[in-house]
Amino acid sequence: MSHHMLDATNLLCPMPVIRTQDRVAELEPGDILEVHCTDPGALHDIPAWCRVNGHHVVDTQQADNKIIVTLRVGS
Amino acid sequence: MNTPRKAVALISGGLDSMLAAKVILDQGVHVEGINFFTGFCVEGHTHAIRNQDRKKPKRNNALWVAEQLGIKLHIVDVIEQYKDVVINPKHGYGANLNPCLDCKGFMVRKANEWVNAHGFDFIITGEVIGQRPMSQRRDTMPVIAQESGAEDRLLRPLCAKLLPETLPEREAWVDRDALYDFNGRSRKPQIALAKQFGIEDYAQPAGGCCFLTDEKYSDKLRDLWATQGEKRYEIDDIMLLKVGRHLRPRPNFKLIIGRDSGENNYLKGYRHRFTYMYGTSHNGPLVLIEGQTSDSDLELAARITARFGQGRDADNVHIDVVEQTGSPRHFEVTPLTSNEMQEAWYI
Ligand code: SF4
Repeated sequence: MSHHMLDATNLLCPMPVIRTQDRVAELEPGDILEVHCTDPGALHDIPAWCRVNGHHVVDTQQADNKIIVTLRVGS
Repeated sequence: MNTPRKAVALISGGLDSMLAAKVILDQGVHVEGINFFTGFCVEGHTHAIRNQDRKKPKRNNALWVAEQLGIKLHIVDVIEQYKDVVINPKHGYGANLNPCLDCKGFMVRKANEWVNAHGFDFIITGEVIGQRPMSQRRDTMPVIAQESGAEDRLLRPLCAKLLPETLPEREAWVDRDALYDFNGRSRKPQIALAKQFGIEDYAQPAGGCCFLTDEKYSDKLRDLWATQGEKRYEIDDIMLLKVGRHLRPRPNFKLIIGRDSGENNYLKGYRHRFTYMYGTSHNGPLVLIEGQTSDSDLELAARITARFGQGRDADNVHIDVVEQTGSPRHFEVTPLTSNEMQEAWYI
C-alpha cells in the first residue's frame, strides 16, 4: 500500500477526473491517491467517479482556491 | 444465457443514451459506460467559470447517469484525435460547425477499439432514427456502423426494431422483441419510457451535446481560423472561446473581455500568453488582447476596456497595459460611448 500525489491544478473538469482515472489505473488496490485541483467541480466529480467505479474517498479539503481529494483505490 | 455478454454504452449525459443503456442492462447484459471528452463538450468547465453558474449545483451528467444506472463509466480524453473530425469532416458540417455524422462515426470507432481491447461484445448508443437532421437519419445509421468499423456490433436499442438485425440480436444476447421502434423528432416516447423506468431528473441539452452546435461559438471558431489563415486549434484556444465577450475592432487584434469576477479569474490564468489590460481607477474587467497591436490599437482597446468597467461614464479612466515584453504601460483614456461601440465588432 503506497501513497501517491497527482497535480491536477489549473485543469478544468472533466480533466481532473480523467487524470485521476488514468493514474488510478496504474495503482494497486488499497493505494492512496491525493489529487490536488483548483476547479471546484472536482469536489463533486472525483467523488462521483469514485462511487461509480468502486473507489473510496477518504478525505476532501477545500482552502482558498485549492481542493484536495484523497481516495483509496478499490479492488 | 451463460456468462452475461458485455456491452459498452456511449453515455453523453443526456436522456437517450441513458435509456438505451438501461434497456440493455435490464436484459441481463453487463453494461459499462464510455464518455468522450472532445474539448467542446458543454459539460463541466463553464459551470466552474461564470459566477451565475456557480450557484447551480454542479454535476457531470455522464457520471450522474452512470451512478443512477449503477454502471462503471470510463471517461476518455480524445482532444487530440478529435481535431481531425472538426477540421476535416468528410461529411461536412451541420447548421453550425458541428460535424455530427463524422463525430458519431469517430465515437463509435473509439468505442469499438475499446470493446476490442477489453474483451467486450458489442456497443450501444442512444440514437433514434430521425431525431437529429444530420447524424440520426435512416440513411446515415449504416454509414456510422460501417465507417466506425463496428458494423453489426453496433446496437441502437431505442430504434432497433426499425433497423436490420444486429449481432447481439441474432445471437440472442438481447431480445429484439423487447427493444424499441422510436422514430422522428418527438421526445414523447423517450419521456414515457423514462417515466416507466422511474427516471425523472435527467439533463435535457437544448441544441446538442457540444458547443459546436452553438451559432455564437461557431462564429468565434471561424474567426479564429480566419485570422490564423488555416483551420487548426489548441485546447486553450477552444476553451477561451467559451469565456468572455470577444470583440474584433480591427482585423489585426481581438479583445477577450471577462464578464464577471469568475471569468476574470479564469482569464488571469492566460496572462502569460497575451497582452492584457485592466482598469486601475475604476473596477472593471480583465481584458486579453490577441494579435499584434500598435499604440493606436492599444489605445482603442483601452477605451473599450474602460467602456466595460464601472468608469464607463467617467471622463477619464486609468488603464494599465502589460505586454509580453517591456514594462507595464499606463493609459488615461475616455471610455468609448455607446454610439462609438460598433455592433460589427462583436464576434
Ligand atoms: S452535437 Fe457535437 S458531440 Fe454531439 S454529435 Fe454533434 S458534433 Fe458530436
